[in-house]
Amino acid sequence: MPVIARVVITPKRGILDPQGKAVCSSLHTLGYEEVADVRVGKFLELRLDARNGGRDVAADRVRAMCERLLANGVIEDFHFELVDGDAGTGSAGSAGSEGPPA
Amino acid sequence: MKWGVVTFPGSCDDRDAVHVLRHDLGHEAVALWHKDADLHGVDCVVLPGGFSYGDYLRCGAIARFSPVMRAITEFAAQGGYVLGICNGFQVLCEAGLLPGALVRNRSLRFVCRPVHLRVESVANPFTQLAVPGDVWSIPVKHGEGCYVADAHTLDQLERDGSILLRYCRSDGTRDRHGDVAAADYNPNGSLRDIAGIMNATRNVFGLMPHPEHAADRELGSCELPRCSADGLKIFQSIADWVAETRERASAGSLR
Repeated sequence: MPVIARVVITPKRGILDPQGKAVCSSLHTLGYEEVADVRVGKFLELRLDARNGGRDVAADRVRAMCERLLANGVIEDFHFELVDGDAGTGSAGSAGSEGPPA
Repeated sequence: MKWGVVTFPGSCDDRDAVHVLRHDLGHEAVALWHKDADLHGVDCVVLPGGFSYGDYLRCGAIARFSPVMRAITEFAAQGGYVLGICNGFQVLCEAGLLPGALVRNRSLRFVCRPVHLRVESVANPFTQLAVPGDVWSIPVKHGEGCYVADAHTLDQLERDGSILLRYCRSDGTRDRHGDVAAADYNPNGSLRDIAGIMNATRNVFGLMPHPEHAADRELGSCELPRCSADGLKIFQSIADWVAETRERASAGSLR
């Protein structure tokens, strides 16, 4: 069954995020004073063939992908969720979240 | 002395480095392709500047897994000398051969200009021809050169004398505001004004400035009225160190 992994990568707390700061001040310029902080990260969507081993194996492998390549643990945190690939990409989170923040 | 200069898809300063090594130093320099698993017996590997693999995902993140990097990691573990310039520095950090990481410049702008660098430490293969406190002028050109690491790592680098170059003013002075520089002499916001670091075993050196662009009068890099060839001192330091090490080894084997 196809599974989609949605991976979110964000700058670690305490790591300078100049992009986030620039976006934050731009939002303030537009009058959105309520914005206290912005962190700019990345969103990746991986389409997986999870026939072998099912979701537990898929989750382990996606975690390894994040640790080895997709995120740099020195500066970034990641979390991900696995959703049913047949359900399309529109039902965020409803298919169950498997990856608590690392 | 035999040098190897790596070319990744997207490298752009590899030829400048080869030119300096052949033309200005008169040494043998071979091109290493990113798919090479063999380093051809070189004494020092140069990872050049550029945008390896388009800087996709993160600068240096994809290059790190290329066949040549597997060979270089092994080479470094055996004590081989590795010099990473700009993108090469980013690759070395991604590969875990140097601590920390390089992130987007604090200004969010690509910076391309000469900077002043203070030589902090000279008991090593890379800056041995300098005197501590020497101020060099070498250009930078990067968008992601802000060096970051946790405070523990930064303290460790200081204690080990592993910070070889820091950004400074033309007279060598710096402001101290904790880890973060407020002054414009620091082109990217690097913590503690760090421009270049080496590893604990003193055979891997990464720096954001481009010594190959300040090594050849024909290529420019002039800061009038003096024509700066400060970058050449890094290449010359390594060459002298390799020669001295070899002499000591052969003297030892004769005994």
